[in-house]
Amino acid sequence: MIKLSSVSKKFATTVALHETDLCISGGKTTILIGPSGCGKSTILRLIVGLLEPTTGTIEIDGDRVSPANILPLRRRIGYVIQEGGLFAHLTARQNVLLMAKHLHQSAARMETRLRELCELTHFPENALLRYPVELSGGQRQRVSLMRALMLEPSVLLLDEPLGALDPMVRIRLQDELKEIFKRLQQTIVMVTHDMAEAAFFADCIVLLNEGRIVQSGTLDDLRIRPAAEFVRQFLRAQRSVEGL
Amino acid sequence: MKTTVVLLTVFTLGLVASAQRIVVGSKKFTESYVLGEIAKTTLQNAGFPVDLRQGMGGTIILWEALQRRDITLYPEYTGTIDEEILKTKQALSSDEMAALLRERGVGMTKELGFNNTYALVMRRDRAAKLALHTISDLRNHPALIVGLTHEFLDRKDGWVPLSARYGLQMRNVLGIDHALGYAALANGSIDVKDAYSTDARIAENDLIVLDDDLHFFPQYQAIFLYRLEMDPGAVAALGKLAGTLDEKRMTRLNAEAERTKNYALAASAYFGVERPPSMDLIGSIGRWTVRHLELVGASLFLGIIVGIPLGIRASRPGPVSNFILVTTGMIQTIPSLALLALLVPLPFFGISPVTAVFALFLYSLLPIVRNTATGLQDIPTAVRESAAALGLEPRAQLWKVFLPLASRTILAGVKTSAIIDVGTATLAALIGVGGLGEPIISGLNLNDYKTILQGAIPAALLALLVQFFFDGLDRVFVPKGLRLKQ
Repeated sequence: MIKLSSVSKKFATTVALHETDLCISGGKTTILIGPSGCGKSTILRLIVGLLEPTTGTIEIDGDRVSPANILPLRRRIGYVIQEGGLFAHLTARQNVLLMAKHLHQSAARMETRLRELCELTHFPENALLRYPVELSGGQRQRVSLMRALMLEPSVLLLDEPLGALDPMVRIRLQDELKEIFKRLQQTIVMVTHDMAEAAFFADCIVLLNEGRIVQSGTLDDLRIRPAAEFVRQFLRAQRSVEGL
Repeated sequence: MKTTVVLLTVFTLGLVASAQRIVVGSKKFTESYVLGEIAKTTLQNAGFPVDLRQGMGGTIILWEALQRRDITLYPEYTGTIDEEILKTKQALSSDEMAALLRERGVGMTKELGFNNTYALVMRRDRAAKLALHTISDLRNHPALIVGLTHEFLDRKDGWVPLSARYGLQMRNVLGIDHALGYAALANGSIDVKDAYSTDARIAENDLIVLDDDLHFFPQYQAIFLYRLEMDPGAVAALGKLAGTLDEKRMTRLNAEAERTKNYALAASAYFGVERPPSMDLIGSIGRWTVRHLELVGASLFLGIIVGIPLGIRASRPGPVSNFILVTTGMIQTIPSLALLALLVPLPFFGISPVTAVFALFLYSLLPIVRNTATGLQDIPTAVRESAAALGLEPRAQLWKVFLPLASRTILAGVKTSAIIDVGTATLAALIGVGGLGEPIISGLNLNDYKTILQGAIPAALLALLVQFFFDGLDRVFVPKGLRLKQ
């Protein structure tokens, strides 16, 4: 479980996130959605400690996020971003194993985990020796996901993981990702701006606008009992939702 | 940092070892080179091991080097001692001069036998046309172009007091290298230049010496200055040279040196040895090249171990980074000759390889620091944050992710530094440290292109070689993933 209490984030002149309370349940998939600049990515970056909150506290499974314990906490969090953030000088395999090697895990343990992950993410084992530039966009995201899952984290954070992919690949990866989420049974927080994607994955949807949570709940909650006019507008702006 | 200390210690030890030998220095003109060779052979014949540092620079540099025991002896002129070293108001007798020098730990041999005074020279045809015979005659021709060596321009017995004494008001006075000045005189770019009265060029180029009718120039009797602690046997051997070189003989030796472009050969003529010149050109170029590579290698090594950490620091925003980048940039703008001149008087430096290596090291910093900083700054935020979010410690982020990703840019900086160093290291010869600059400086001095090319061509080839070498290093140090095409 991830708990944000009175968390806000101000930059020099702008407020990225107004004071916010949010409880993200363990073992569920929570989707943060909203227009660009609504503060959804800021929340992920606060959780993983890339940003420090201006006010408030964040707890992950009861441990408060602070500079003192950020390293062990990060090793319990998987973090996947839109462009993958893969390291160009390392092969797919080296990218995935980087942290495990850094923590001196046994070779046998690493190999077992690597095979599990290839199987889980449908990544061909013979492509493990390729460098990021030699991989397709979809494959890069698979590697990025494997890297995030290598240390068996209890929390998985995904920041528009499929945002840069073309529609066909995206649809297939959505199916696979949902399957993976189901198998992992982990606390998952995913950021997207696509309502159809949110509806497809979410146990809980958190809709944000201009640095504030407008409404959180299931898709039906948002559709049937919109908390504000903005909710109605946002849903209407996403054509494909109508077909769901 | 530890490595730096070790390296500098090695150099210092090298210096201490060489200090036990007799080190002969010479100034940067033909006669001084020849006298240096003569002293070397004389002492070697007397059984002393001798190192010769040719063409170290002007009076101040040689005198400093003597005071600091970097050299044991060098040829000097009495007029120069009066005016530039002891800075006395009136001319001293040789006994008075010797006594004052002794207070400074320096001995002086008896006069070698010739008076190499300064003189103003002109082309014979030009002087005849204007009916010029004496320096006083110049008063009527203020538009003539006067090209003077930089030393003569600045000397206390040089151009300024000379003009004052003679009441000259020359409108066109330029500073020009001594050897190049002769070429300028020959082709008419300048009309008058300063010369040494024993210059072989005076006869060769059919020049006339303007008569010093007001007796401005002091006597410039050639002698050797030496450290008083020099072995008495060596002092005695050197003493035997007194009175053996008259003006005619010295002029002939100078002419021989300029004709053969070989100072050692000219000096051997003094000893009456009819040894054919063993011009082992390949061997010499080999030695120069090895020394050149030593200088470049040592300075580049220092540049890397200091420059990369500085570059890492400078990649973070803030005033410290600006300070680092601005300072290394400023160092680059100091002319290399000026930097050498600034370093030589400092304690610990002096006329030594340490000075050359340190100067080259300073020049190698900017490309390495700047490229390291840029390479690190150019890493995309997404990659930076991914490395942090994985839970890598900042140090591990740097070593495992950021430095490898920036390796190509950093190596390009090192490559630039190496090539700059190969070029700049030719200046090491100015302070007698050797390298491929040695034939270049000698050649400039003799106005002889063949000798210049003996240094310039290998230096250019070396720069190319360094380029190829680093292209090869790319394959070793730049990870394969960064070399692949998208």
